Amino acid sequence: MPPLQALPLAASESNLLAARELMAFTLGFHIVLASLGVALPAIVLTANWLGLKRNDPDAMRLARRWSKAMAVTFAVGAVTGTVLSFEFGLLWPRFMARFGDAFGIAFAIEGIFFFTEAIFLAIYIYGWKRLSGWAHFWSGVPMVIAGVGGAFSVVTANSWMNQPQGFALDAAGKVVETEPLKVLFNPAWGYEVPHMILAAYMVAGFLVASVYAVGMLRGRRDRLHRLGMLIPLTIALIATPIQIFVGDTAARSVADHQPAKFAGMECIDEGGNHQTEYVGGVCTASGVKGAIPIRDLDSFLVGFSADTEVTGLNEIPPRDRPPANTLLHLSFDAMVGIGTALLVLGAWLAFVWWRRRDIPRTPWFLRAVAVSGAAAILALWFGWIVTEVGRQPWIVQGYMRTSEAVTQADGIWFAFAGVLLLYAALGTTAILVLRGMSRRWREEGEGAEGETPYGPPAELRGETAA
Amino acid sequence: MTRADAAAAILWTGATLYAVFGGADFGAGLWDLIAGDAVKGARPRALIEHSLTPVWEANHVWLIFILVVLWTAFPEAFGALMSTLYVPLALAAVGIVLRGSAFAFRKSVQSLRARRAMGAAFALSSVMTPFFMGTVVGAVAAGNVPAGGNGDPFSSWIAPLPLLVGALFVATGAYLAAVFLTSDAHRSRAADLERYFSRRALLAALVAGVLAVAGIFALRADARYVYDGLTGNGLPLVIASALCGLGVLALLLRGARRGLRPLAVGAVVALIWGWGVAQFPYLLPTSLKITQSAAPGPTLDALLVVFGIAVLVVLPALGMLYWLSQRELLSE
Repeated sequence: MPPLQALPLAASESNLLAARELMAFTLGFHIVLASLGVALPAIVLTANWLGLKRNDPDAMRLARRWSKAMAVTFAVGAVTGTVLSFEFGLLWPRFMARFGDAFGIAFAIEGIFFFTEAIFLAIYIYGWKRLSGWAHFWSGVPMVIAGVGGAFSVVTANSWMNQPQGFALDAAGKVVETEPLKVLFNPAWGYEVPHMILAAYMVAGFLVASVYAVGMLRGRRDRLHRLGMLIPLTIALIATPIQIFVGDTAARSVADHQPAKFAGMECIDEGGNHQTEYVGGVCTASGVKGAIPIRDLDSFLVGFSADTEVTGLNEIPPRDRPPANTLLHLSFDAMVGIGTALLVLGAWLAFVWWRRRDIPRTPWFLRAVAVSGAAAILALWFGWIVTEVGRQPWIVQGYMRTSEAVTQADGIWFAFAGVLLLYAALGTTAILVLRGMSRRWREEGEGAEGETPYGPPAELRGETAA
Repeated sequence: MTRADAAAAILWTGATLYAVFGGADFGAGLWDLIAGDAVKGARPRALIEHSLTPVWEANHVWLIFILVVLWTAFPEAFGALMSTLYVPLALAAVGIVLRGSAFAFRKSVQSLRARRAMGAAFALSSVMTPFFMGTVVGAVAAGNVPAGGNGDPFSSWIAPLPLLVGALFVATGAYLAAVFLTSDAHRSRAADLERYFSRRALLAALVAGVLAVAGIFALRADARYVYDGLTGNGLPLVIASALCGLGVLALLLRGARRGLRPLAVGAVVALIWGWGVAQFPYLLPTSLKITQSAAPGPTLDALLVVFGIAVLVVLPALGMLYWLSQRELLSE
């Protein structure tokens, strides 16, 4: 069989950049919606559970509203996710042609979870009118499981790209033998998967909380808003310290498994022990500029001792080094910085709550919560930049370069421009629709909650009798 | 049957489900598009929305299923398709984005103007997506996708057979949708809508029939291998499809409702499997055989296991959803 042909270098480089930008943009868009798809069900069901357990109409109202907002974000996430599965083939045909049979199985599993979540989301939304309290609650639980399972499947496919194993190649580079369990449980899944699931819970929790914090800052200080802020905020704040622990483990594993990525993240030019940790700054050929240096800390973080040897970029062949080290370094630092700030926010709330069973009185607390959603999304993006840009120049670490995988199709830049416009319209409309829903709930109360993409419609009933 | 053939059968099953359920969804979008102004089209549109709402997402998961099975079980065929037919595939993807999001938003916006804009995007993309999907299938049948990929990005699908198959996809979806909507209207006891959609089902059946016959001539000219297969091993299925189609016509003309849906579905299913039988053992006629492109054994085994689990987990859940939505239909 003729292998897919390689193309001339210049065209290939322009295509490579366009394809990478397009992939990064669409993935960055989808990952926010995917996080909501993974974590919102648990937040909705927490409110639902509280509502049933304590017979609390406010909590029930929140659960009902959130489930309707979730239906909208899930529907948009489903289409942006479909776009990504097209892009795998459209942008990286040679990657899929060569390795689809090795790691594709993870996506087959994801398909089941996604299908399950879509079905039970529809059942849950229908259930508001057609199922009794606890039966309705339990009809939503499969969404939570499917969300986490789906995140596992997709992220383990990515961790396989970082730590590929479970396949054998023949002399021509074709996959001839596979071990699906080794593919799924590759060395990176154990830290990438929990890191992403916790990130999803943080993004969803802080984002929902920030909506209600803004409402409270605007003077809507009723019980509904307080509860609407505290339920998701508590979930996100519980996830935060665990996330910092998982992230720390992940960084150490990256130092072990992908030293080039780690050297890029930390701007380590010269390998060796007693490595300085640089906080912030710009990576240049002659060292890090404008950073806060902390002596020996980097070595200590990697191996709990200043004597720990850390690989430097000088030990990596130039063609295997990740590009854009400053971007990697600042993204990593910003992610860690945001995570730490969110931890402080949680400690603040926990302390005040412990002292007087209330949220801090100062508006600065609400302001902090109000920006926490955007901050969590930024941290999510920064984390993915570190993972993905840090793996470059490889699409499959050590086996296939991204430049070997890219399509030869013309017009990727045009496609990118078109997608930018399409997604700008999509994002704007989604936000307008969600804001419209919230305004209607506020102005017209429960009677006019409107319809959702999955819910039972109302129109036909009267007219059919006519 | 080898494991590779089993995987190909799963792929075809997914394609069948997508063609029937997804196709009917797209067809409903077409009827929505040409239902007339806001006053005249209000009732048909309400029935369409009513029938689609519970299942419109689930029906489209089959597309993801097809993509995933294709790249896992037959990665080279996937690479070849994507590197050749990227233009129609990208346009189909745009249609999917517009369709899914517009349908979602239309349910959640209030003003008439916004609803109308969303509705137009939804309806237009409902036509565009199956058309470009059809050109992809036609290009494969015509043998315009070389095994090594990077076939001609334009002449591979801008040719009589692919364009005809694109039109056939649109017509088939419209036909299925009109039949389903006739049944839904019947069960909702909306006699006017029942007549409305049964007239359209008749029209769509005739158009689809004419396109199918034209397709046979185009196959004879441009896709000799598939043509020989359809008139050889695939002939019983072609005849079955034609008989089902004629049966639907007879029922529609007599105003009968029982058996309408199974026959309409049967016509489409027989045609899809007839195509599969006709191009067997090729995945891409006539450059790539199923066995040549297949993934290593353990991957195929894993895929079969995953498919088994999917049947056990997803089907009961899907059944429950259909039951909940039908229960509502009945309660009206």
